[in-house]
Amino acid sequence: MIEKALSGSKRYWGWIFFLLAVMGGAFLAYLYQYTTGLGVTGLSRDVPWGFYIAQFTFLVGVAASAVMVVIPYYLHDFKVFGKLAVLGEFVAVAAVTMCITFIFVDLGQPFRLMNVFLHPSPTSLMFWDTLVCAGYLVLNVIITFVTFGAERKGIKPPAWIKPIIYLSIPWAISIHTVTAFLYAGLSARPFWLTAILAPRFLASAFSAGPSLLILLCLILRRFAKYDVGEVPIRKLAVIVTYAMAANVFFVALEIFTAVYSNIPAHMEHFTYMYFGLTLPDGTRAAALAPWMWTSTVLSLVSLLMLLTPSIRNNLKWLGVACVMVFFGLWIEKGLGLVITGFVPNPMEGVTEYMPSGIEVMIALGIWSMGFLIITVLYKVAITVRKADPQAEIVH
Amino acid sequence: MADTRDDRRTFLKVAGASVLGAAAVPAVIAGASSDADKPAGKQWAMVIDVQRCLRDQGCTKCFDACHQTHNVPDISKRVPPQMLAKRIIKWIWKEHYEGAFPEQQHEYMRQSLHGAQVPVLCNHCANPPCVRVCPTQATWKRESDGIVMMDMHRCIGCRYCVVACPYGSRSFNWITPWPRPFEEHGTPPNMKYPTRTKGVVEKCNFCAERLAESLRTGGPYVPACVEACPTRAMTFGDVSDPGSDVRRLLEARYTIRRKPGLGTRPQIYYIV
Repeated sequence: MIEKALSGSKRYWGWIFFLLAVMGGAFLAYLYQYTTGLGVTGLSRDVPWGFYIAQFTFLVGVAASAVMVVIPYYLHDFKVFGKLAVLGEFVAVAAVTMCITFIFVDLGQPFRLMNVFLHPSPTSLMFWDTLVCAGYLVLNVIITFVTFGAERKGIKPPAWIKPIIYLSIPWAISIHTVTAFLYAGLSARPFWLTAILAPRFLASAFSAGPSLLILLCLILRRFAKYDVGEVPIRKLAVIVTYAMAANVFFVALEIFTAVYSNIPAHMEHFTYMYFGLTLPDGTRAAALAPWMWTSTVLSLVSLLMLLTPSIRNNLKWLGVACVMVFFGLWIEKGLGLVITGFVPNPMEGVTEYMPSGIEVMIALGIWSMGFLIITVLYKVAITVRKADPQAEIVH
Repeated sequence: MADTRDDRRTFLKVAGASVLGAAAVPAVIAGASSDADKPAGKQWAMVIDVQRCLRDQGCTKCFDACHQTHNVPDISKRVPPQMLAKRIIKWIWKEHYEGAFPEQQHEYMRQSLHGAQVPVLCNHCANPPCVRVCPTQATWKRESDGIVMMDMHRCIGCRYCVVACPYGSRSFNWITPWPRPFEEHGTPPNMKYPTRTKGVVEKCNFCAERLAESLRTGGPYVPACVEACPTRAMTFGDVSDPGSDVRRLLEARYTIRRKPGLGTRPQIYYIV
């Protein structure tokens, strides 16, 4: 099947080589980080987790959001999503692979990673997160391989794959819940010590993930002359709208509880995030504020756009709204959520964080790897489907 | 250090909890800490008399002794000055009172405490959050004496313990710890203490290696910082023993602990 990815237009190969070039640059950057130590990042005593872990957190959500096509298609037999299901699952495969890579590059001693399995620690949420993420990757690889393999041959997928698909649904919820628990169970960090963190993670995931899928479908229409149809895209847009509304609501709940309770340890994080803090020596620490306001505007405006049927149903404007949702949530989760948890620190000191060039380069490389996986898998899927346009997907 | 580590990690506990799944985790935690209100066995602890310590505000003898004994990397010559606070490795240091006790301070408290430099170190909590979160059991609470131990050679450097510690007591080796301190500063390393690599977390171990030595030789067990303190501000002992020095002091004086509301039950007590 994979040979289908080896013939393509100049534009296809240009894109592939571009991604490979970024990955190559990132690999060199990683070698530098590996030999020098994580001191090449912007991380510090006070902000021990940053860009890598934030990307990991965001991408676990993108991976989990595949259930937003799997549930309608497999559980409710919603045939409209026939062409979409496998495309969504391919995104999950790419996203989980990125997640695992982000964890790997964040480790101080990456080649001791197997200690997690050699010395299993059931009280550690990180142990569980490693298990569920690896398991989710395996599940999605099996599911896509079997269902798409059957589609290619024009036959029904074997019956034994159904229970595995059903298993992948709670499993997807679990990967993002466990990821939220990584944060939500720490007495040291009041910013994350909130029961709504897991639902909030899921809501943002179910808006950012399907937004990405819509954008990918629009790109396929434009550049690959492959159309999944307007109806499934519109249905996805409705899912994004509901999830985005829930996400904005959940963020508002967090702010209310922190601000109205007036507990300094809870409130200061939000103050830092949106307005910055003034240090005892009079200097201002407000590195995140411009990002967070950008995120807030993107989220609110995109939600209003999605709530307006005439805009939501116009594919061009829908694309714009999806870009806004995706970037708004990427800032909220990929920068704000993780970093703000560390500012101020437990001793009420303020150390700010911004990723270093090396960190950004490595992160870009991992994102490129994800897009490479998506590109290759989509290329295979579309070549197969175009070769036999009459073939019905008989899942 | 063939201690109770392996007993603690009995196969059944791990396998059982793994099978029961994440839902069983709170039960496991509860089970492990049900005895926590009164440590069943020995629990090494320290009482720090802040007023005694304040007699010499510029004193650094306790950290010098500690950092030399444990070959704690001194990176001050290898990072730009503005990066030092971000990268520094410290097992024991001084924190201003308001930072060490953010919930036990107010603007009208006794003048001597305002901005007072208070020694802080790993609290060797009776219920340590760092141990709970470690994905490889590279840090664990030793059942024989309550020391929160750290295996720098098993640590994968994920820094989850650094995130989970409410006291900022854990340091990560952001850059390579070598060259050895003595090559830069002329002080010979302690050859009896194992080294570490970059990319791992370290912290105070209550001088567990000195304890092992004292058990072997029958000599007294006193951590290096306690020994080095010129004002005898630190008292060390077994808090589960009613006749110990720490218990006598805890009985005689009013003491506080850092962030008592978090349920970690720190074993460093402060007379302020």
